[in-house]
Amino acid sequence: MKPARFDYVRAETLAQVHAVLAAEGGDARVIAGGQTLLPMLSMRLARPKVVVDIMRLPELAEIAGDGENIRIGAAVTQQQLLAWPELARTVPLLAAALPWVGHAQTRSRGTVCGSLAHADPSAEIPLALLALEGTLELSSRRRRRVPAAQFFTGLMSTARADDEMIEAAIFPCRRAGHGYAFQEFGRRHGDFAIVACAAVAHARGIRLAVGGVADRPIARDYSDIDGAALDDALDEFAWQLDARDDLHATASYRRGLVRRLGRATIEEARRCRA
Amino acid sequence: MPQAPKNAAGINEKHIGKRQRMTATAASWIGQSIERVEDAALLSGRGRFIDDLGVRPGTLHAAILRSQHAHAAIRAIRADTARQAPGVAVVLTGRDVASLSASLAVGVKAPIECWPIALDRVRYVGEPVAVVVAADRYLAEDALDLIEIDYDPLPAIVDPLAALDPAQPPLHDGLGSNIANDRSFCYGDPERAFSEAARRVSVSIHYPRNSCTPIETYGLIAEYDPGEQAYDVLANFMGPFSLHSVMARALKVPGNRLRLRTPPDSGGSFGIKQGLFPYIVLIAVAARAAGKPVKWIEDRLEHLAASVSATNRATKLDAAVDADGRVRALAWDQIEDVGAHIRAPEPATLYRMHGVLTGAYDIRHVSVRNRVVLTNKTPTGLNRGFGGPQVYYALERLMQRIAVELKLDPIDVIRRNLVPADAFPYRTATGGLLDSGNYAHTVDIALADGGYADLRKRCERARAEGRIYGIGSVAVVEPSVSNMGYITTVLTPQERRRAGPKNGAHATATVALDPLGSVSVHVASVPQGQGHRTVLAQIVADALGLTPADIRVVAELDTGRDAWSIASGNYSSRFAGAVGGAAHLAAMKLKAKLQRIAAAQLNVPVGEIEFAGGRVHARGNPDNAVSFTRVAAASHWSPGTQADGDHALRETVFWTPPELTAPTEDDGINSSLCYGFIFDFCGVEIDRVTGAVRIDKYVTMHDCGRVLHPAMVAGQITGGFAHAVGAALYEEYAYASDGSFLTGTFADYLVPTTMEVPALTILHVETPSPFTPLGAKGVGEGNCMSTPVCLANAVADALGIAEINLPMTPAKLAAHVHPAEGAPRRAQNVPATKPFAGRRLHGSGSADVKAAPEAVWRMLLDPGTLAAIIPGCHGVEKLSDTHFRAAVTLGVGPVSGRYSAEIILSQLVPPKSVTLTGSVTGALGDGRGAGRIALAASEQGGTRISYDYDAEIGGKVASVAGRLLDGATRLVIRQFFEALARHAGGAARTGLFARLRAIFRRRP
Amino acid sequence: MPRLSAEARHRVAFQLNGRPVAAEAEPRMLLTDFLRHTLGMTGTHVGCEHGVCGACTVQIDGVPARACLTLAVQIEGAQVRTVEGLGPEPGRLSVLQEAFRRHHALQCGFCTAGILMSLDYYLRANPDPGEAALREFLGGHLCRCTGYVPILAAALDAARRLREPPPHA
Ligand code: FES
Ligand code: FES
Repeated sequence: MKPARFDYVRAETLAQVHAVLAAEGGDARVIAGGQTLLPMLSMRLARPKVVVDIMRLPELAEIAGDGENIRIGAAVTQQQLLAWPELARTVPLLAAALPWVGHAQTRSRGTVCGSLAHADPSAEIPLALLALEGTLELSSRRRRRVPAAQFFTGLMSTARADDEMIEAAIFPCRRAGHGYAFQEFGRRHGDFAIVACAAVAHARGIRLAVGGVADRPIARDYSDIDGAALDDALDEFAWQLDARDDLHATASYRRGLVRRLGRATIEEARRCRA
Repeated sequence: MPQAPKNAAGINEKHIGKRQRMTATAASWIGQSIERVEDAALLSGRGRFIDDLGVRPGTLHAAILRSQHAHAAIRAIRADTARQAPGVAVVLTGRDVASLSASLAVGVKAPIECWPIALDRVRYVGEPVAVVVAADRYLAEDALDLIEIDYDPLPAIVDPLAALDPAQPPLHDGLGSNIANDRSFCYGDPERAFSEAARRVSVSIHYPRNSCTPIETYGLIAEYDPGEQAYDVLANFMGPFSLHSVMARALKVPGNRLRLRTPPDSGGSFGIKQGLFPYIVLIAVAARAAGKPVKWIEDRLEHLAASVSATNRATKLDAAVDADGRVRALAWDQIEDVGAHIRAPEPATLYRMHGVLTGAYDIRHVSVRNRVVLTNKTPTGLNRGFGGPQVYYALERLMQRIAVELKLDPIDVIRRNLVPADAFPYRTATGGLLDSGNYAHTVDIALADGGYADLRKRCERARAEGRIYGIGSVAVVEPSVSNMGYITTVLTPQERRRAGPKNGAHATATVALDPLGSVSVHVASVPQGQGHRTVLAQIVADALGLTPADIRVVAELDTGRDAWSIASGNYSSRFAGAVGGAAHLAAMKLKAKLQRIAAAQLNVPVGEIEFAGGRVHARGNPDNAVSFTRVAAASHWSPGTQADGDHALRETVFWTPPELTAPTEDDGINSSLCYGFIFDFCGVEIDRVTGAVRIDKYVTMHDCGRVLHPAMVAGQITGGFAHAVGAALYEEYAYASDGSFLTGTFADYLVPTTMEVPALTILHVETPSPFTPLGAKGVGEGNCMSTPVCLANAVADALGIAEINLPMTPAKLAAHVHPAEGAPRRAQNVPATKPFAGRRLHGSGSADVKAAPEAVWRMLLDPGTLAAIIPGCHGVEKLSDTHFRAAVTLGVGPVSGRYSAEIILSQLVPPKSVTLTGSVTGALGDGRGAGRIALAASEQGGTRISYDYDAEIGGKVASVAGRLLDGATRLVIRQFFEALARHAGGAARTGLFARLRAIFRRRP
Repeated sequence: MPRLSAEARHRVAFQLNGRPVAAEAEPRMLLTDFLRHTLGMTGTHVGCEHGVCGACTVQIDGVPARACLTLAVQIEGAQVRTVEGLGPEPGRLSVLQEAFRRHHALQCGFCTAGILMSLDYYLRANPDPGEAALREFLGGHLCRCTGYVPILAAALDAARRLREPPPHA
């Protein structure tokens, strides 16, 4: 279980990263914490020609907030974000979701943006970004912003072009009168979610995002419904996610969890709002 | 003075290790939880595990290419490029190995072979197919990528019941079917008991495959000396050393030319490192071919797919029961799945429990039918509990069912059937000899000290609150110190007579004195982390009046130098009963000689010599004394002053208990020497939302005879319990219906962590075994036998269900908590999903394009267009009008690999519909599938393309990325249709994609 | 731009247990192999090579990290701590290591180095951890021998002793 050969670039400037990505395209892989990439390299599931290390770029290591959003640079680890004293106050949903990401021993090097780049359908950070309607900052020789809803295009597939890197993720801050909740169920703590739910409750209604079921996180917005109307909506959502059976859970079980956990998460978000 | 805790409360306390100097005056070191001598090195990174040891300069490294198919004929192996690759010394295939070795001996009388590498046919995913030996492991793995193999896939047999079908082609041509052995046994008069009984109660069980997966994997370094035609192997093998004979025969050398050594430390085994032995043969042959020492360290993916595991077993068990719950007879029908080969020592798993098929109960009539079947799975082997979990899962589920069906208290049913206290030693119906115990009394203490009454109240309260709560209880006997003869119960009495009797279980120990009078101990127990060296130091210190710190114990084994026999090794919980006992006997033998020497020195009769505090003195006169070391050194320095037979230098004891006799003519077998008793009860709660089980309380009561080291006993129990929690709730080596292996990583094979393993209450009573020198019995495996079924009984109680198999996953249990899912509440376009069948994937979708059906039809049949629309296509070769071959790179996210694809078009109805049958093969896996494509004219002259596919994917991607496979397949197929649509002048909207768009559009 | 080519070995210099070291590695070499086989620091173990078991856990720049999920070339200039650097001096055990010995928190000892490196970090960051938090933190490690109960006991005991050193220590 040893990786195949690749070149390694210890990037010192963003321009260098962009240059390698422009030259090598899909044969290049950005490495930040490497917590997802390394097993793929070792299992030889991934065989890039060149790996570009971005962890030494100081401009990517920042968490910056402007009251509206927080901007998390591509080299910020999950642990650094979790330890950021402002987190629970500014982005409570992220504060609730992050402890579910892997284990402390992988959060210490795994980055927030790395998880977004990988776009695992069960991952918590993409789910949180989608629930909050955040954005990604992509850069190559040009620069663009892509809303989460358009970024995740399928299983481990994103709108990032081969010559682009994720430079930062932008999470909207907590809004007055909004309640946030995150709930997840996996076989063991730290496992990939079988179903994960992120909910935002506000005056006009609710937004529920679900991970672990479809090939990417999916969100829906509802007016302020409850009771049977909410049951119906959740049932419809559960069916529309096109759940599949796998080793750990049946499709029907996943749909059941979407209904039950989805409701519990919405209720929790509503309580937080109150 | 510190005392060994003698009862429940004592053991249940925290086991804070005691420093030796604080207790230097202790009368007995045995029974104290002293700190382990092993730990200082292990805690500071100075352990000496196989991969930590240096190798000779020039040592090469092996990597193994393994089958991705569950069953296939090997048509061709092309390894020339690999042979030319940088750093590669040799590449061996099955034929090369066969030319230098012989088949491994097989444990049943059948004309079949068992090689450590596939010859012309692969029979399980993970079976070795080629070995690369190169300068380092990285280069060896590079070369693996260059080996090409052509396989002809064959249908796989996965379900052991399907293997019974005589119509299925046999996996081994030497066998007429896939039933390798079929034996029936009858003890007492079960037929009559069943006909007379008030009730017949039955259970049907499918026990899954699981494995204790030690954290250190297999490893070995092998070398061949052509001058002496001898192999020298260092391996973290754990025994049994009966397999040494199997290996030597396979290597075609006398036993003295296979020198097998073990490293000082081993990172756990739990039975699993028995399964290293085929690799010892394989890598030894590779070393011979390479002319250099060769090292191989198994990686985790190899371990999960292809080391050993417990057998999966289908069991039907019936009881003839009186109205009061008394069991008169049992009828066992066991179908044992040993995988693709009967690899030694299998089918031992099936017979290890044979003497105790009645468990802790006094049941006189038993019938047994045992069938061993072959399937396309990895061959099985030793795994903690070894046969016990399978047997007790059936027996104790049955006892609970008896209570439920007869409306009795489960504890009463257990109590009513226990072997009575005055019956020991008790001969079971099937020939076991239960050595000692007082089962009913032990149950009473457990219920009282474990708080059973409180648990009942807790359960009632929980249920009153609407929670899903249940209680389980079990009683089992834990066998230890296996009879090397039990496996011959698989043979008929006639076959046994021909083969000669097999019985016994030699334990060996050597105690030696050096010229400075210090004491060394050597044993052939090959510890795997249990702390044998510490306990042996305690035992010998007690015998010689020394402290454990005075004793140095060597536990690594060298078959070229040390005392050993076929029973040597670390299995069947034989250490405390047999090995500890042998060390005690060796020390006592040496002591007797030292007594004679000291008697002469101190001028008193031999009978008055005593050993204490590092001195040897005359009884009643401590001043007439000499230091231990002086007496101990005497035979080195002045042998002339002692009679020849009295030299106290080194004593080796080979000890085998007389109770371990060969199977009798009527198939009675005392399969083990000692039988501990365990009574467990527990309370579990099932989460209403998720179906997950929470273990609320777990109490385990053990009578393992005399406790030698309470903290280590607690460690064995706690560790075994954790394995059992895994087996009960999380772990399964899962196979798809096509034989693909699905749990190839530690993210799929779920080993419990601190979050899943609760604390448990451990209670003890001690009834010494009359059959072992120290009165100790084994304790390492009991909870692997008792706990899974105890938890299952509690879950069955909570849910009120009769049938439950392991692992008890949330999805499985939720199906009992919630009503079956109805149709969607709002009518909508819901995809038809087919039930999970492992890696069989199903999907459908549609796309609207501008081109007319005729134009689309032409595209589908044109190699140029296909090359443009097949994802990652490097070129299409047209073999006929309807048969194409393509080289493709398929990828999802960072995962990508090169494959060769074949596509055949059939059932052509131009320009309306066509069936695409295809297959892809590559290093990451292989897939086959068929899809029906339909073209329908749409408005404005366009076409609606709809498709429907079934695919099946196996190999590496299935075992390491199964969770993502379905999505990946959908993605690749979607890419194809999107490309087709683009080509045909329209944007594709596959089914899923369209639905998602609809979802987003519906946002308020 | 420092581009290290795939076929060549490249010098990697870093601090190992407080001392500067340097050795050569191909870009693809895993830190586990680099530590164990290039530098001879075999105390760090390998149990899975895919980041789940935790046996390979070391500290990189003060935080626990999986050595098997790290390339050797990534640690250029970093501070790496391994189990060999845990004791106060050769032949002596730290408070945490001693607690493990006292509580029989190891059997085969194969998982132990990783757990110690994790806990060493954690107890410094959280001197008074609750059992629940500790359990969650240790959830990143697999131990097949002990059943975890004695590991938790050892960690809690070590935490207590580190908070209030015994009077006669
Ligand atoms: S070896 Fe690194 S986590 Fe298992
Ligand atoms: S002590 Fe053996 S794996 Fe933890």
